[in-house]
Amino acid sequence: MTTRRILLRNSALAMVGMGSAPPWLQRALYAADAPGQRKKILVAIFQRGAADGLNVVVPHGEKAYYDLRPTIAVPRPSAAGDKREDAAIDLDGFFGLHPALAPLKPLYEQRHLAIVDAAGSPDSTRSHFDAQDYMESGTPGRKATSDGWMNRALSKAPGKVSPLRAVSLGSVLPRAMRGAEPAIALQSIDGFRVSNAEAAHQFEQMYGAAKDPVLRATGRETFEAVAMLQTIRNQRYSPAAGAEYPRGRFGDSLRQIAQLIKSDVGVEMAFADIGGWDHHVNELGTRASEGQLANLLREYGQALAAFWQDMGDRMQDVVVVTMSEFGRTAHENGTRGTDHGHANSMFVMGGAVKGGKVYGKWPGLEKEQLYEGRDLALTTDFRDVLGELVERHTRTPVKGVFPGYEPKFLGLV
Amino acid sequence: MRNRAVLALASALCLAAFPGISAWASKKNADQARQFFKQLSNDRKIEQALNRLTFGPRPGDATEVKAMGLKKWVEQQLHPERIAENPQVEAKLKALDTLNMPGSELVLNYPTPQIVRQMVQGQIPFPQDPGRKLMLQKLAAKAERKQGGDANATAPDAPPLADLLTPQEARLLRAGAPEQRLAAYQALPRDKQDDVLAALPQGARQSLFAIAPPDLRRRIELANGPQQVVARDLTEGKVLRAVYSNHQLIEVLDDFWFNHFNVYLDKGADRYLVTEYERDAIRPHVLGKFRDLLEATARSPAMLFYLDNWQSAGPDSQQVRGRKNSRGLNENYGRELLELHTLGVDGGYTQNDVTEAARCFTGWTINQPQRGGTFFFNARMHDDGQKVVLGVKIPAGGGESDGQKVLDIVARHPSTAHFLSKKLAMRFVADDPPASLVDRMAATFVKTDGDLRAVMQTMLNSKEFWSEGAYRCKMKSPFEMVVSAVRALNGDVDFAFPLVNQVAQLGQPLYRKQEPTGYSNSSQDWLNSGGLLARMNFALQLADNRVPGVKVNAGKAAAGIELGSPEFQKH
Repeated sequence: MTTRRILLRNSALAMVGMGSAPPWLQRALYAADAPGQRKKILVAIFQRGAADGLNVVVPHGEKAYYDLRPTIAVPRPSAAGDKREDAAIDLDGFFGLHPALAPLKPLYEQRHLAIVDAAGSPDSTRSHFDAQDYMESGTPGRKATSDGWMNRALSKAPGKVSPLRAVSLGSVLPRAMRGAEPAIALQSIDGFRVSNAEAAHQFEQMYGAAKDPVLRATGRETFEAVAMLQTIRNQRYSPAAGAEYPRGRFGDSLRQIAQLIKSDVGVEMAFADIGGWDHHVNELGTRASEGQLANLLREYGQALAAFWQDMGDRMQDVVVVTMSEFGRTAHENGTRGTDHGHANSMFVMGGAVKGGKVYGKWPGLEKEQLYEGRDLALTTDFRDVLGELVERHTRTPVKGVFPGYEPKFLGLV
Repeated sequence: MRNRAVLALASALCLAAFPGISAWASKKNADQARQFFKQLSNDRKIEQALNRLTFGPRPGDATEVKAMGLKKWVEQQLHPERIAENPQVEAKLKALDTLNMPGSELVLNYPTPQIVRQMVQGQIPFPQDPGRKLMLQKLAAKAERKQGGDANATAPDAPPLADLLTPQEARLLRAGAPEQRLAAYQALPRDKQDDVLAALPQGARQSLFAIAPPDLRRRIELANGPQQVVARDLTEGKVLRAVYSNHQLIEVLDDFWFNHFNVYLDKGADRYLVTEYERDAIRPHVLGKFRDLLEATARSPAMLFYLDNWQSAGPDSQQVRGRKNSRGLNENYGRELLELHTLGVDGGYTQNDVTEAARCFTGWTINQPQRGGTFFFNARMHDDGQKVVLGVKIPAGGGESDGQKVLDIVARHPSTAHFLSKKLAMRFVADDPPASLVDRMAATFVKTDGDLRAVMQTMLNSKEFWSEGAYRCKMKSPFEMVVSAVRALNGDVDFAFPLVNQVAQLGQPLYRKQEPTGYSNSSQDWLNSGGLLARMNFALQLADNRVPGVKVNAGKAAAGIELGSPEFQKH
């Protein structure tokens, strides 16, 4: 089965892979499924370390929230005086965004940003490692799954398949993208090549003949992608007017994803992650608009807003979805932080997204409403969100993407 | 619980629906299993030993092992005290003076800007050495100038180069041949040298570095920022030892156990705590008793800080009681102790065990963490009530010993023996090691009360380790790849930070894995296109003598191709 697929892919790519096809042809090849119809693209963002969803999408209408977090709650939008800058940005009279996410407010107002609250993985693990693994494999509670949901969601249609159809920014291919379909990890577009052309050729042949099948396949995918990127590598990329990516790895990742998508090199799935959310101590500063979580959210929100701005009309084809392995305790811990919890919030952003709304049933924060007496309970399975995006946005049948689970769609797109 | 059962049933049904697949899978497994009982030829056994128990063979190593006898060589690696250390190691590490300092001295000699400020304000004493004191004072003055006048922040940090040097000296320093530059610099009076260093642009400083003697190198690093020296020594020391040490197995195990008990160098105070952590808590115990290793990590300021335990206090402890907004329980260490350090995530513990373990460790804290602190039990933070951890009752009033009792329980738990044995077998034998081997290693662990040397011995006495199934089946980690490449070409490493940077480029920044899981032990995680390209590029640069600080036998164009080849990525 694998052999046949690779064969088909290779024959379709023969010309492109040799690097002999002119750039316009390559792009024409990958830009569209059919004339007039552009490929739909899904961008997944992973917030590693378990973001504190309750301080990101703040349930300011819930009194218990303020009782549970005497020193690290985000003030109500109605807060006045010197607390005004720290106050949550109201969304719907009950939920509000952390003030550092101000750049995302216009997107919500224009109905391009939807939020799904009390969402996440139903598995009860509070291990970062296991929970990330489950979320990326798409099979909570099952460790034996060897591939990831994004890889399984790549359509199996034979024919023209770009070596860059699944791209992750970073030095390691994330679990979510591992599997039978080719997927590429790249640290930067510029650096993605062998420095010496002669040697590159030799390496390409050696990896093509490697005994180890996984090294052989990875080698082939690598050199195909190198050839593909050749066409855009030397063009200096400047983001669209007004798009200012924040400094740092996450901003760089989103900028390069935008560049790849706009270059029409056949990207269908993209992945980026941003770490540092594990705030056990001093989650917020003395003011809610300061401190570790606020700083991280600022970078995060600015990067997403810049991506939106940069992509412009192309956002019609793109949906960005964010997730984190689990939420954090509803109550603050003894060190002005929060410990590992359960449900969280997810963001869904895109031109075709039915945004301007907080989806999901709010489970409440009273003691008896909390999961295991301590965490926000879960009312939406993360696979409901991802499954809908796979089926309705990328138009790939969701069957088989989340084995053993049938996603219930929320009507996000 | 019920969900799990349903899932298990569903997957069983799945398999039943595709009998062909399950038959194929079990045949494949049986084939794989058989490979672990096919013994390697004697030459390949030597290769296997050098691949797995060292950071890769150097030219001539295989011949040497053959002459000595493989058995004896392995025995020596297990008893490193019987082998003389390579004099090169001491020589190369000598300049890295931070490696032998306690944390408190690191803070004073290589301070952050905040500490320097406190020194100037007289809150903390300057270091004894007059030269170092002067240098720090100048640094403080420079910082003051920068801060004081935001308006002229772009003005040079003064005194500018032009005021310090004659035009001829300046020209030589800027544009002379390397030797001329060094001579011009060294011809300056000593008190002027530091000022010149501070005034030189960073690029010029770096080019001086490559040709400088060790003492000058240290002063250049100090001029770049004293607090960076600690991380630099730590990472360079790791590479130098891995390349040069005769105690290769110790180096491999040090890498393994540090990663098992991972801490993150860039988390606040840990900048000054990781050096002694690796040196005093990890390294002395890698062939010792696991219980000792575990307690050494549990009491280390580096771990207490990294997993926040130093701030964790009993909700009813003297310090917290009756006070609003004061500290309380933090379960971070309690959880990782069970999940990552001992039982493993499936080792049979509950959320309640996590909380109870965390209660036991309340009061295990750090005296002055920001000054390279020391362990300290603070009874006023301790939760002195009764606890039950993994079914064992820990009576009230145990104080500091509560934590030790938890360590006793978890170090001797059967899940721990199995979890650690499997992890070692994954590193040394195969990603998916045969269960029979893991069971035997775990049995040794239990029988010897966690004697890590005995567990290694069981593994090295096994057929599985010396089998076709284990031979060259592991992908090298980036660190293993870089070091083995240098060793394969008999490279001479003058300074190692360019190699350190290469390891990071390949995807494994040393001492900088933020998550407590450490880096993956499994080959698959290092196999991706970006990492592969970085390996090829590094191979070419190294063979071409384009990696600064390292010299290999030039003129071997084919070497770069060989080091970048698919075969060299495995061991």
